[in-house]
Amino acid sequence: MHIPDGFLDTKIWGSLAMASTAFVGLALKGKVERFSDQDVPVLGIVAAFIFAAQMVNFPVAGGTSGHFMGSMLAALLLGPWAATVIMSTVLVVQALVFQDGGLLALGANIFNMGLIAVWSGWLVYLLVGRLAQSAKGRRAAIFGGAWASIVLSAAAVAFELSLSGTVKIALALPAMAGIHALIGIGEGFVTLTVMEFVHRVRPDLFPVRGDGDG
Amino acid sequence: MDKWVWFALCGSVAVAALLSPLASSWPDGLERVAEDLGISGTSQGLPLSAPMPDYAFPGIESEPLATALAGLVGTLVVFALAIVLGRALRTGRDRNSAR
Repeated sequence: MHIPDGFLDTKIWGSLAMASTAFVGLALKGKVERFSDQDVPVLGIVAAFIFAAQMVNFPVAGGTSGHFMGSMLAALLLGPWAATVIMSTVLVVQALVFQDGGLLALGANIFNMGLIAVWSGWLVYLLVGRLAQSAKGRRAAIFGGAWASIVLSAAAVAFELSLSGTVKIALALPAMAGIHALIGIGEGFVTLTVMEFVHRVRPDLFPVRGDGDG
Repeated sequence: MDKWVWFALCGSVAVAALLSPLASSWPDGLERVAEDLGISGTSQGLPLSAPMPDYAFPGIESEPLATALAGLVGTLVVFALAIVLGRALRTGRDRNSAR
C-alpha cells in the first residue's frame, strides 16, 4: 500500500505530510512519559519483525499479492501511540533506503499505515473486545481489528487518489477495498498467530497498558 | 542483549532474508489497482537516490541473494533505529512502578 511519488497531487501529499508530522510529533511528546527500560527492546523487535514480514508477499488473487502490514500487531504489543511511532520508523527506512513509497508521499504513507491503520484497528479491537468478553471474543477482536486496519487504510488511499484527481472514487474505492478485503484476511491470520505465540512465550507483553480490560 | 531479544531478532532476520526471496513477485494491491486503472507514478519526487531500490542489494547478480541481503540489512537498520528512538524516549522508570 506504499504510495509512490506522482500518484498524489501537491495539496494532498502536502496536507497529509503536515498531518502526519503533527500526529507523530504528538505521539513522541506524549510517549516520553511511558517508556521504561524494558520497553525498549520490544520496540526494536516489533519494528524489526514488521519490516521483515512486510517483505514477504503472498498471492491473494489472480496476479495480485498482498503483504503483512503490522499496524494492528504494533498497536496490540505497544499501544497505539507507540505503534504510530514504530510504523513511521519502518516507513521512513523503507522510503529512504529501499525506495518503497515515495519521499513526498511519505507523509501520506505514514498517515495511512501509521495512523489510519493503527487507530482504526485499535478502535475495532476495543469495540469487538467489549462486545465479546471471552478468549474467543479476544481472538475475534484481534482478527477484526487487523482486517479493519487493512481495509480502512486502503479506503483512505482510494480517497486520496480521488482527491488528487488521479482516479475517480467510483473506480478506486471498490478496487482498493475489494483486494484489501482479501489481504486483510491474511493480516488477520498473521496477527492472530503472532499474538498467540507472544501470549505463550511472553504473556506479560499482552494485554498492553491502555487496554481497558488488561 | 537479553536472550529473547536475540532470538526474536534472529527470527525477524530469518523472515527477511530467507522468506523474502520466496515471496510472490506479483504486484501488491495498490500496484495492481494502479495498473488496472492506468495510474502511473513519476520518478522520485526529490533528487535523492536510495541505496537499495526495490529491496535489491547493489552489485549482486543473483536476485534472491540481493533480496536476502537487503532484508538482512533493512531488518537490522530498523531494529537499531527503533532501539535508539526507544532509548531517547524512555524515562528509566520501571514498567511496574506506580504512574
